[in-house]
Amino acid sequence: MDAAQHEDVNKHMGKYYVVFVALLCLTAITVGVSYLHLTRPLAITVALAIACIKAGMVAAVFMHLISERKVIYAVLILTALFFIVLLALPNLTTFEHHSGMPGT
Amino acid sequence: MSETVIPYVVKPHPVTGIPNGKFGIWLFLASEVMLFGALFSSYVLIRTGMPHWPPEGGLASEVLNVPLATLNTAVLITSSITMVLAWASCKMGKLPRFRLWMGATIGLAFAFLVIKYFEYTHKFELGHFPSHDNFYAIYFTLTGLHGLHVIGGIIVNSYLVGPGTKMWATDPEHFTNRVENAGLYWHFVDLVWIFLFPSLYLL
Amino acid sequence: MSVQHTAAKGNGHGHAHEGHGEHELPFWRKYIFSVDHKVIGIQYGVTALVFLLFGFTLMMLMRWQLAYPGRPLPVIGNLLGETAMPGGVMAPEFYNQLGAMHGTIMVFLGVVPLAVGGFGNFVVPLQIGAPDMAFPRLNMVSYWVFLPGCLLMVASFFLPGGAAQSGWTSYPPLSDIAPTGQTAWLFAMVLIITSSLLGSINFIVTIVQLRAKGLSYWRLPFFVHAQLVTAFLLLLAFPPLEAASVMQLMDRLAGTSFFLPSGLVVSGDPLKVAGGGNPLLWQHLFWFLAHPEVYVLILPAMGIVAEVIANNTRKPLWGYRLLVYSVVFLGFMSFVVWAHHMFMTGMGTTMSTFFQTTTMIISIPSVVILTCFIMSLYGGNIRFTAPMLFATAFLPMFAIGGLTGLPLGLTASDIYLHDTFYVIGHFHYVVAPGTLFALFAGIYYWYPKATGRRMNETLGKVHFWLSFVAINFVFMPMFFQGMAGLSRRLYDPTIYAHGRGVQALNVLISFGAWGLGLAQIPFIVNFFMSLKNGARVAENPWNATTLEWAAPSPPGHGNFVTEPVVYREPYEYSVPGKSTDYSPQFRAEA
Repeated sequence: MDAAQHEDVNKHMGKYYVVFVALLCLTAITVGVSYLHLTRPLAITVALAIACIKAGMVAAVFMHLISERKVIYAVLILTALFFIVLLALPNLTTFEHHSGMPGT
Repeated sequence: MSETVIPYVVKPHPVTGIPNGKFGIWLFLASEVMLFGALFSSYVLIRTGMPHWPPEGGLASEVLNVPLATLNTAVLITSSITMVLAWASCKMGKLPRFRLWMGATIGLAFAFLVIKYFEYTHKFELGHFPSHDNFYAIYFTLTGLHGLHVIGGIIVNSYLVGPGTKMWATDPEHFTNRVENAGLYWHFVDLVWIFLFPSLYLL
Repeated sequence: MSVQHTAAKGNGHGHAHEGHGEHELPFWRKYIFSVDHKVIGIQYGVTALVFLLFGFTLMMLMRWQLAYPGRPLPVIGNLLGETAMPGGVMAPEFYNQLGAMHGTIMVFLGVVPLAVGGFGNFVVPLQIGAPDMAFPRLNMVSYWVFLPGCLLMVASFFLPGGAAQSGWTSYPPLSDIAPTGQTAWLFAMVLIITSSLLGSINFIVTIVQLRAKGLSYWRLPFFVHAQLVTAFLLLLAFPPLEAASVMQLMDRLAGTSFFLPSGLVVSGDPLKVAGGGNPLLWQHLFWFLAHPEVYVLILPAMGIVAEVIANNTRKPLWGYRLLVYSVVFLGFMSFVVWAHHMFMTGMGTTMSTFFQTTTMIISIPSVVILTCFIMSLYGGNIRFTAPMLFATAFLPMFAIGGLTGLPLGLTASDIYLHDTFYVIGHFHYVVAPGTLFALFAGIYYWYPKATGRRMNETLGKVHFWLSFVAINFVFMPMFFQGMAGLSRRLYDPTIYAHGRGVQALNVLISFGAWGLGLAQIPFIVNFFMSLKNGARVAENPWNATTLEWAAPSPPGHGNFVTEPVVYREPYEYSVPGKSTDYSPQFRAEA
């Protein structure tokens, strides 16, 4: 390990601590918001939005995704696409409303 | 040992820019996204198909132990930062520091499991097993599978802090890569919980 | 201390004994828990061939019941016990077990392990000029997680209640309440899926990171492209089935109701579960895997056909780049068509139209690939060697399989044809005279590389012609049975008038199947006989162009004697102006 690498890591340490504190704060916020008993759609949106921000920080900073290579991005984008398909299509298919008549 | 020499185990590939192990662990995490994704999709499907959730009435936040789960969330988040510190210690050549922070990570992981144990046993005392209704079924299955992944992480991290450190003497860069890859897995476990917590406990 | 890309040292004659100062590995490290991709490939290959034979035998048993419903099976009928075959007559439960296990074993213990675990492991590192897979120990673990899964699967026949008997598709609620064999099926699947995931990681990293110098993506043999796409399919499509298996295990062992709706009544008694579940959830998760799975079945086969055709026509593949784009597009589309297996589940018109559309679109790359293969034959100097016979037959057989899929992908006609024998005819044409023929081509083609000896050509040709004729007698009549309305998974077709109308075909099919079984004898004899008596070969007995033919036959540890370098495209056959009709990728001459 050379001195340049040591310095590199030291520079990043600040970022890691900031993210750590932010994660704890966002956790508190998400629990706090739950006590507001928002309407279902709003509650889901807010909770998932906060979760996405937290997850984004963990991925970008702790997992170094923000400075990761193209090949990893490609794999993850492909995965995200199929994840969305897996989440959406079964639910859309199961809950598509129809009158029950064949062909409707 | 008559082992063939595989390139790019430690040094990154000139075109992709990453060593084999990092590529491998990200691919594994992609498959894990699909695994937990399937369970989340199932959760949505089952829940949407029921008139009330939880089926017995009330709110999820009343039925499940939000304070304990919030504590567990903080525990996992902290274990993530200690994991980063463990890796950073390797990068800076400080093996004793690595042992300290990796030990902390493992300790926090155990704490998570202990808290989970209290959560589960309390449910069982009330007669709320997975078979009670689909709310509990999905709760136990999702958190249970997550818990198994925590155990997996404990095993890997314990190996690294224990017998695995032998590699530090001969190939510290390779060892650091391994710690980084284990860290990627561990952060993913944290990531899953970040979504599990609000989805199961708060919504 | 960094690890450079060193020249991997094999030895000139390719026997596994080391000759340069390293100590010899003990037997169990060299042949049992080996980390060498070639040994692991052969382990997968041989295991898969055994299970293919076993799975086929299960079907040959079923064909007796279908040809002669309710009649005692002479000799064999008395050997299988009074529960399975009381008085030598097949019990309906046993018929169902044979059906479920035939499908499961052929797909998960036979074709995929042979196509991916066997051929993929053995050939891919050689074709890309690598010394081994990226993670040799992970590769070993993959096999040794796979094998216990297989053994558990087969052992389930001996559980009380017998093996799984709810179809290879294991639909709940039936599978939720089925006997213990279903639980064993689920655990075995978890093991097999885990093995597959570990393997797919290995393939992707290997193909991306370990290619030899000069081997750009556009110089890769089509076989490697096909395996790369296949690996992505396995990586991303299998986990949902693993999740679903966990949920079905929870339903069966922990009393949950993931797949059990409320108010379910079994044999007159209401089921004592909480309910609130959805059986269609299983179907979505199962088919999310199982549709890409069928492309896992066909893609490596297409890869093999490409290699064998190019080599035996002595000309480059027609439309190589088109083939690569098509196979990538095919892989991608395979993730968004799955509910065409569920058209009859009551889904609305928007979603069924969506899936019908994607299904029609996915037929396009398949047709493109087949067209490129057919065009590759045109103007070729064709050598009808045993592998080439199988590879050529693949083309019309896959065409029949593919075309018969179209009425199934169109919702209107699927209403009638769903779950009839038409479906069985369709998918068997693609997998049996399709993939399996391609796999045979691969065995005849690469056997010399793996063993250092040729297989017998005459026996190979006999194997081909007998199999080709028999297999069409087995599967062609099924289309007519299906169009007559005959349902699949039916223990006794003659209980229905429309079944009785096509019962004569069942006799024809059964004799075809037994004939097909006999037709494999020349192959089995050839396979073992040639190990001792086959003509010895050097590195490149087929005068082929791809990298694996630079290594000794069989390759030693580390594969290549000198570090391979790639100088040109993969199929430089009959290049004008050259003295030979092939210019290998690895030969430097201008």
